[in-house]
Amino acid sequence: MPEITMPKLSDTMTEGTLLRWHKKKGDKIEVGDILAEVETDKATMEMESFEEGTLADIFVPEGGKVLVGAALALVLKDGEKAGDKPKASAPATSTSTAELSTPQARPAISSGRPLTPRARAAALRTGGGAGGNVNAGVRVKSTPLARKIADARGVRLDAVKGTGPGGRIIAFDVESAPVGSPAPASGSSPVAAILPTPIAGMPETKVPLSGMRRVIAERLLASKTQIPHFYLSIEIDAAPMMAFRKEYIAASGGKITFNDIALSAVARAAMQKPKVNAAFAGDSIVQYGSVNLSVAIAVEDGLVTPVIRDAQNLSLKEISAAVKDLATRARDKKLKPEEYAGGTITVSNLGSYGIEQFCAIVNPPQAAILAIGTIVKKPVVNSRDEIEIGHRMSITLSGDHRVVDGAVAAEYMTALRKLLESPALLLL
Amino acid sequence: MPLITYRQALNDAFAEELTRDENVFLMGEEVAQYNGAYKVTEGLWKRFGCKRVIDTPISEAAFLGLGVGAAMMGLRPVVELMFWSFAYVGFDQIINNAGCIRYMSGGLINVPMVIRGPANGGTNVGATHSHTPENFLANTPGLKVVCPATPYDAKGLMIASIRDNDTVCFMENTLLYGDLGEVPDGSYTIPLGVADVKREGLDVSLIAHGRAVLTCLAAAEILATEHGIEAEVVDLRSIRPLDEETILNSVAKTHRAVLVDENKPFCGVSAQIAALLAEHAFDDLDAPVLRVTALDAPAIYSMPLEKLQLPDAQAVVAKVLSSF
Repeated sequence: MPEITMPKLSDTMTEGTLLRWHKKKGDKIEVGDILAEVETDKATMEMESFEEGTLADIFVPEGGKVLVGAALALVLKDGEKAGDKPKASAPATSTSTAELSTPQARPAISSGRPLTPRARAAALRTGGGAGGNVNAGVRVKSTPLARKIADARGVRLDAVKGTGPGGRIIAFDVESAPVGSPAPASGSSPVAAILPTPIAGMPETKVPLSGMRRVIAERLLASKTQIPHFYLSIEIDAAPMMAFRKEYIAASGGKITFNDIALSAVARAAMQKPKVNAAFAGDSIVQYGSVNLSVAIAVEDGLVTPVIRDAQNLSLKEISAAVKDLATRARDKKLKPEEYAGGTITVSNLGSYGIEQFCAIVNPPQAAILAIGTIVKKPVVNSRDEIEIGHRMSITLSGDHRVVDGAVAAEYMTALRKLLESPALLLL
Repeated sequence: MPLITYRQALNDAFAEELTRDENVFLMGEEVAQYNGAYKVTEGLWKRFGCKRVIDTPISEAAFLGLGVGAAMMGLRPVVELMFWSFAYVGFDQIINNAGCIRYMSGGLINVPMVIRGPANGGTNVGATHSHTPENFLANTPGLKVVCPATPYDAKGLMIASIRDNDTVCFMENTLLYGDLGEVPDGSYTIPLGVADVKREGLDVSLIAHGRAVLTCLAAAEILATEHGIEAEVVDLRSIRPLDEETILNSVAKTHRAVLVDENKPFCGVSAQIAALLAEHAFDDLDAPVLRVTALDAPAIYSMPLEKLQLPDAQAVVAKVLSSF
C-alpha cells in the first residue's frame, strides 16, 4: 500500500506546491505515468509514478503546498484495501495563518516594528522570523534568561549552540554569541564572528556599544549576509540641476538643496518604476503603492533613517521642509519610533562630505538604496565631440537581487537621470 | 557572644518573656515537672512556678482549645506539642479557632498564642511522629509559621512570636536541639517574614527553611570546593509571612534556584516557591526551578532508609550540578 510523497526535486527544495493532478481518484497507474506537476523553488516539474496499481486516495488538493516527504496520495496494488490513512495528515505549510501576520512580519529580515501578540503567534506558527529567533518549525531550547539576553543583544538563537543540559541554550551561550548571526543553512555550522584579540603593547579604548550601534550592527550584518546585493552606477549632468536651483531660489526666495532635488527625483522615479519600490517577503514580493522615502541622517554615534511619507506627492518646498525637520529632530533625539517605520526606499547622500561615489548597504527589508555623491567639475565630451568643463554627479543604486534585476534597476536609473537632468519635470 | 545550644536559646527566650510579661505562660505535656520531653523548658517550672509553667494531660485538642480561649482573653500562651505530629488531634482548634477568629470577629479579637515543638523526620520515631506540617498550617490565612535553623534565629524568632498578636506555629527540630551557635544575652527579636541570606553566592540560589538550611550550607561548601560553584543560601526563617522579595532578589542575581525542603514535595512549601518564581522570576531564570525534598512517602521507620528519605548535601549537590 505505497504512499506517494512529495519528492525532493532539488538540493534546496524543502517544500513544493502541487500544481495539478494528472490522475484522478480511481485511475489505474503504471510505473512511469506522470502523476502530477509540482512547483519547486526552482522550476515546475512532472512527478513520475514508481508504483503501479490504483490511485486510491488524494490527500493534497491542487494548489496545496506541502513539505518534502509529506504524503500526497495513496496507491493500492490489485487486491489491496485501504487501511489506515497515513499518519502524516500532510504537514501542510499553512497558507491561511500567513494572512494573519502583518506584511512587515513576513520578510526574512524583520522590519523591527513591534508586532501584535496575534501577529507574533501567527508568525511563530508559520515559522516566519518575526522574533528573529524561530527557525521553520524547529523549537530552539533556551532558558528565559537566555532569550532575554538574546533579544537585548540581537542574537539569533538558532545560530547559537546550547551548552546547557540537553543542549539547552543558556545565558552563557548568548553572552558570547555573535550579534545578528544569520540562521545557518542546514548541514553547515554557524560561522563565529571574527573578534579582535588584544595586540601586545597597543593602547586601546573600549567603547561600549550603544543601543543604536547594536541595532546598526545587527541590521546591516543581516542585510549584507542575507540580501544578495548588486550595484549600478551612473554619472549625471548636474549643470541643469545647478541652474534650476539658482533660478528656483531667485524666483521663490526659498532655499532648496541639491539633496532636496535628488530626494524628489528618487521618489517620483520610484512611482514610474514601482518594481524597485518593493520588499522581499519570503513567498512573495511586496510592491508598495506609494513612496515612503527613508533618508539617512548622520547623528552622534551613528545614523538614523527617518521616513518622508508619500514623498512622490510632495512639492520640492515640502520635501525640503520635511528633511530639515527630520534632521533637526533626529539630532535632538526627538523622533518618535513610528517616524522611523514604514520606509520603502532609501537615499544616502554623502555629497556634502565631498564623497564622489560610494555603494550603500540595502536598508532591510527594502529592495533598493541610492547613494548620492558630490557634484564635481570634470572634463566631459559634449555632443559636438568637444571637451568642455562639466558638472557631474554620481549616483549608485544598491539592489536586492531577489526583488530587482539589473535591467529593471537600469530602467529606474534612466528615469531618475531624466528627472535630474530636466529638473523642471519635478514641478509638474 | 556566648556559644549555646538551640535548646538553650529557646529556653532563654521563654525565660526572658516570662520575666518581661506576666501574661506569658507555658503549657504542654511534661513541660513543667519533667522539664519537657526534649528538655527545652528545663528549669522554668522551678523558677517561675505552677501558674506560669503548666503540665497538661495527653489531650491536644483540649489544651490547644484552652490556649485559644486564654489568648482571646488577653493572655499569651506558649503551648508545647511534644511532636508537631500531634497537632492533627487539635487541628480544629488551630485552624478553625486560632486561625479564623480575628477575621470572623471583624478584627476585634486576637489570638496571640505560640504553638511550638519539634516538627521533623529523621529520628526513627515512625510515620505518625515525623510529620513536617508547615505547609498545612501556612495554607491557612490567619496563622503564621516559623521554622528557625540556628540558635540565634530560634531565640530572636521565638521572642518575636510570643509578642506577635496572631497565632504563630513555631516549628523546631529535634535534630537541631543540641546544635551550638552564638547567641547574645538578653532580649532581641527577629521580625517574622524576613528571610536571611546565610551564605552569599553568584551561581545558584539554594532556598530552604529549618534544618534544610544547614543541609544547603554543607552542600554550598562542597559546591565551592569541589565544583567551583558559588551557591547562595537563602534561609526563609518564616514560611508565612514569606519574604518573597529576598527570594526574588537572590534568583535575579544567580539565575538558578534549587529549593531544598524536608517537607513532602506534593503541595509542599517548595511548590509554593516554585510557583512564585515561575510567575515573577521567569525572565531571570537560566535553568528550570529544581527541588530536593523528602521522598513522597510516609516517614520510613527503617533507620537507613529514613536517612535516604530526607534531603542531604550530596543530593543537593547532584541536583545543582544537573542544572548547569
